[in-house]
Amino acid sequence: MEQAPPDPERQLQPAPLEPLGSPDAGLGAAVGKEAEGAGEESSGVDTKIEISVSEAEKRTGRNAMNMQETYTAYLIETRSVEHTDGQSVLTDSLWRRYSEFELLRSYLLVYYPHIVVPPLPEKRAEFVWHKLSADNMDPDFVERRRIGLENFLLRIASHPILCRDKIFYLFLTQEGNWKETVNETGFQLKADSRLKALNATFRVKNPDKRFTDLKHYSDELQSVISHLLRVRARVADRLYGVYKVHGNYGRVFSEWSAIEKEMGDGLQSAGHHMDVYASSIDDILEDEEHYADQLKEYLFYAEALRAVCRKHELMQYDLEMAAQDLASKKQQCEELVTGTVRTFSLKGMTTKLFGQETPEQREARIKVLEEQINEGEQQLKSKNLEGREFVKNAWADIERFKEQKNRDLKEALISYAVMQISMCKKGIQVWTNAKECFSKM
Amino acid sequence: MEGERRASQAPSSGLPAGGANGESPGGGAPFPGSSGSSALLQAEVLDLDEDEDDLEVFSKDASLMDMNSFSPMMPTSPLSMINQIKFEDEPDLKDLFITVDEPESHVTTIETFITYRIITKTSRGEFDSSEFEVRRRYQDFLWLKGKLEEAHPTLIIPPLPEKFIVKGMVERFNDDFIETRRKALHKFLNRIADHPTLTFNEDFKIFLTAQAWELSSHKKQGPGLLSRMGQTVRAVASSMRGVKNRPEEFMEMNNFIELFSQKINLIDKISQRIYKEEREYFDEMKEYGPIHILWSASEEDLVDTLKDVASCIDRCCKATEKRMSGLSEALLPVVHEYVLYSEMLMPILSVCFNVKGVMKRRDQIQAELDSKVEVLTYKKADTDLLPEEIGKLEDKVECANNALKADWERWKQNMQNDIKLAFTDMAEENIHYYEQCLATWESFLTSQTNLHLEEASEDKP
Repeated sequence: MEQAPPDPERQLQPAPLEPLGSPDAGLGAAVGKEAEGAGEESSGVDTKIEISVSEAEKRTGRNAMNMQETYTAYLIETRSVEHTDGQSVLTDSLWRRYSEFELLRSYLLVYYPHIVVPPLPEKRAEFVWHKLSADNMDPDFVERRRIGLENFLLRIASHPILCRDKIFYLFLTQEGNWKETVNETGFQLKADSRLKALNATFRVKNPDKRFTDLKHYSDELQSVISHLLRVRARVADRLYGVYKVHGNYGRVFSEWSAIEKEMGDGLQSAGHHMDVYASSIDDILEDEEHYADQLKEYLFYAEALRAVCRKHELMQYDLEMAAQDLASKKQQCEELVTGTVRTFSLKGMTTKLFGQETPEQREARIKVLEEQINEGEQQLKSKNLEGREFVKNAWADIERFKEQKNRDLKEALISYAVMQISMCKKGIQVWTNAKECFSKM
Repeated sequence: MEGERRASQAPSSGLPAGGANGESPGGGAPFPGSSGSSALLQAEVLDLDEDEDDLEVFSKDASLMDMNSFSPMMPTSPLSMINQIKFEDEPDLKDLFITVDEPESHVTTIETFITYRIITKTSRGEFDSSEFEVRRRYQDFLWLKGKLEEAHPTLIIPPLPEKFIVKGMVERFNDDFIETRRKALHKFLNRIADHPTLTFNEDFKIFLTAQAWELSSHKKQGPGLLSRMGQTVRAVASSMRGVKNRPEEFMEMNNFIELFSQKINLIDKISQRIYKEEREYFDEMKEYGPIHILWSASEEDLVDTLKDVASCIDRCCKATEKRMSGLSEALLPVVHEYVLYSEMLMPILSVCFNVKGVMKRRDQIQAELDSKVEVLTYKKADTDLLPEEIGKLEDKVECANNALKADWERWKQNMQNDIKLAFTDMAEENIHYYEQCLATWESFLTSQTNLHLEEASEDKP
């Protein structure tokens, strides 16, 4: 799809902004890479765009209630890379805070309901094991969030449809006034408040099995990844304990070596290796944290999947309601015309109780109903069209998402294995050295 | 043959000879210089060992029988002994093999207790048979230790496992506790058997061979000749002043013991803690693998990868379990035994060397004194005793100190070897663990890359 999708909802209301359709709007249709990479490949465009969230800074400012607050701002740099010589030129650089990222995402959710919108990194640290801080201001957390935010932007930039959105473009390029611009789109009004009611169920008579299955899948994915992350955090905690306690050997051995003539040297150097062993766990677990972040992204993606399902459900519900409404109006009309009352209606009852209406009144009513029926039929038609478009577009994106997910998760699992291998190799080395020291004692 | 000559002098110094009346040789006055020149002895004993007859003769004599001092322990039962010291020795020098196994619970109206089966195999002449099987309970071990301490106040008696373990022990008779205790008791008896002097102690022999009723009646007897002699030595040593007892040596030993005690206690705590952490790690890991299997149920394209990851994690889990059990077999018991050793080393020192100030000395005299030995102790005015006797007593104390010093050297040597071996084992366990895990994950990687290559080649037209 080269052009912007005909957003069904937008057709109903005047859209203040049109997404840009031409490639030279400033963003090439970059093919995505997962996680931490900053570069993309071009797809037939001469300029590549590189986006990076390169820095994080603590700031203080005044919030809406004029109270002092501390927050972190992130520097977003956009570079355009000449395809021919590979030189990169900084085209834009601005600072954004987390809430602005949230705003961008909320906007995308409303304007692209059929797209699985990439998730943001977590707002608060979860699945924390004891050494990790749950504090949002903690430098490690901030660093991981920086990477997560960069990943978020890269995902959008590599999405064939989302990358062309003007608000996204402005997010990267227009520092001041961007918030106002977004709000002017009126997207908050368009957002279906019913979607926010998470517990509300819409009884859909003919649910689309594919979407039902997808919803189940997203529930399962969320549940299993949460479980995995929780256990992983506990395992990390324990592993940390095992390694660190060995560090105590180092201290005691070194003290002991002072009184041992023959064993002294052996003890001392063995102790040193115990220290090395104990401190090696820090890097190991830091690497593992990146792996956890990769899984977390898909945990949040599950939510995005569910959002698409819910939107579809809502559409389906509206469609069914509209059809139902139309059917009942037709029924009413028919009854008025033929004079038979087959269905119960309040009007009918009151008419019976309080007397018949005049033929003129009846005619008027039939006319109104016929108009409504016409309108209803139009609406139903367009709703149906909307629905079909939605399903088509959604499934295209879901297929794209599935492939991305399979690639990413497989790579993540392989990288986990690589990490384990590195940890084992380090372990073998340290203990071989220690063993040598012990045997020389 | 210097040692031999020296030994035969001992009976003539007025002390009742150890060997003459059936008491175990080596149980009486420690032999001057015998343990100290053990290496020398070793060579001599080797010569003596050729003849069965010579063996018999020496075993009945009150002379040195150092044959067992450094022999390695040969496992004679399915239960393997680990961490036994090996010096320069020949396995066939060992003639006493002991195993402790088969804990059994006995319930009476008054109490419940555990007995352990003790099997002794020996070729020594003074034993009536070559194989013995008896049952003993912890109390009996305590009794034995007490007797040994009485008879040899200046020797380092091996420690017994604790009566109870306060921390973390809910049930006195849970399986782990019993097994740990059994191993420690096995160690205890073997250490005695390996000790050049203690191995010939009569009470030790009775412990190994007597039937239950025999043992009870033996226990009821008053303190034997040896314990009385032990008391003498203790009393004399503690009351003597101005014994030129190489104070620097003593200070060295004292410092060493203090520091060693501190360090070994710390190492014990650290090792126990490591075990605990590894166990908790293992418990968490057990849950980790299965989650991947669960996940594979909803991911059609990742089924194999996820299942493979799960099986890798499970294999690493098993490897951790093995590492843990290695730790609890090799390192923990050894370290703990030395903690117990360190607890009793200081008291031994203070018996032999008069260190604790006047008050303590007086207390010690008070405690040790017995009407029968009173005549041998010094009072403030020590003019009662003849100079000769004084000289003999001084000699005795000198012997006692020498014996301790020799035993101390032996103990230190053992300790260094045991510790070295235990830690080397621990390192080995860890290396093995990481090697296993490495192999597991590497084969996973290979299978993934192979898969990838297969898929790639399938895609090619």
